[in-house]
Amino acid sequence: MSVKLALLALLETEPMYGYQLRVEFEGRTGSTWPLNVGQVYTTLTRLERDGLVEPAAGDEQQDAGGQDEDGRSQQRYRLTDAGRDEVAAWFTTPVSRTQPARDELAIKVALAVTVPGVDVGTLIQRQRTASMAALQDYTRLKRRAGESDGDLAWSLVLDSLVFAAEAEIRWLDHCEARVRRAARERATTRPAAAEQQTARSQEAGR
Amino acid sequence: MSPVLRLDTVTRVHGSGETEVQALRGISFSAHAGELVAVMGPSGSGKSTLLTIAGGLDSPTAGTVTVEGTDLGSLGQAGRARMRRTSIGYVFQGFNLVPALTAAENVALPRELDGESARRARAAALAALEEVGIADLADRFPDDMSGGQQQRVAIARAVVGSRRLILADEPTGALDSETGEEVLRLLRARCDAGAAGVLVTHEARHAAWADRVVFLRDGVVVDESGSAPVERLLDEEPAL
Repeated sequence: MSVKLALLALLETEPMYGYQLRVEFEGRTGSTWPLNVGQVYTTLTRLERDGLVEPAAGDEQQDAGGQDEDGRSQQRYRLTDAGRDEVAAWFTTPVSRTQPARDELAIKVALAVTVPGVDVGTLIQRQRTASMAALQDYTRLKRRAGESDGDLAWSLVLDSLVFAAEAEIRWLDHCEARVRRAARERATTRPAAAEQQTARSQEAGR
Repeated sequence: MSPVLRLDTVTRVHGSGETEVQALRGISFSAHAGELVAVMGPSGSGKSTLLTIAGGLDSPTAGTVTVEGTDLGSLGQAGRARMRRTSIGYVFQGFNLVPALTAAENVALPRELDGESARRARAAALAALEEVGIADLADRFPDDMSGGQQQRVAIARAVVGSRRLILADEPTGALDSETGEEVLRLLRARCDAGAAGVLVTHEARHAAWADRVVFLRDGVVVDESGSAPVERLLDEEPAL
């Protein structure tokens, strides 16, 4: 997702300056996805070009497109009608689940079970311990979150991280069980294979 | 500081000969005051056996279990039962409340069995119910309560008096995710107030409330996960 929709949604509350949008975004998501202020300004410029936001009335004559020392626009932005429609559409449409994002862990495990000489059990165990530590950290942060609206927003973001980490750990447990079962099955078929091997080498020795 | 609970190279063998099953193989493990430890593992990993042994409901085949400095193995049947009433609180997945008793009576029961007067036991029970936030339900019967409320009663029963060891076996198993979280919040609060807690669960999300998570596989501890104090976590610069 681009930050575009998040910024538009924040402007639904009231007209805001660029830096203010950044503060509000991070306040609600607990700095989980840090926003770079430059990114905010570029996005605002694009949104203005597309007719989704416009300089807030009253700020124009005052600042007359004035810029601060960093060359940043000192004006507040507000939603246009088109921008408001865009926000409404975002909130009423489900997020699309297109192609899954590339998942390093899934790829790693898939390769580990096929590349010879990898200790898959240890790999899974280490990953699970690391994911568990992350899950513990999120839970501690969650315990700190209070009851205000801003805290509710952040706490729900933390819940999302918690559930994702939990799913990862469950998947790792599942991988471990399947890998062990596969190893057991190999072990029961191996003695027969070993016998054949011995028979063959004896044949060759003769 | 000496731990509230200590298991020293504990082995538990069920059956013998062909059908012999080693549920625990030389496990050492401890829980200190103020600490919540989660034990995770698939079914058959030995986690429930570990908890019943820690609670004196079962005895190890080898090794020692020490609660509040007392070796459970050195006690007789009666001594162990007394330990369970006075030092060890147990929370089960199925709540295990007595249906014919009210919430307050259920909580007061272990105190009364221990010889405390009915009046004093009730006062202690009401204080414990207050602590878990359901003082107003003291005179309700279990059947007239929701699962979450019943589990709160069970927690109150586990903590009533001055018991410092709380053992919880899948306490959130029968509850929805939000109610389950409330139960963990209570256990956590009790540990923060100085109790030692051991939580057996197969849900990572619940184990994450613990200070330490111990992973069991086939009766042995395969790994342990602790985590940095949250202060340090917040001070760290976010990775970009």
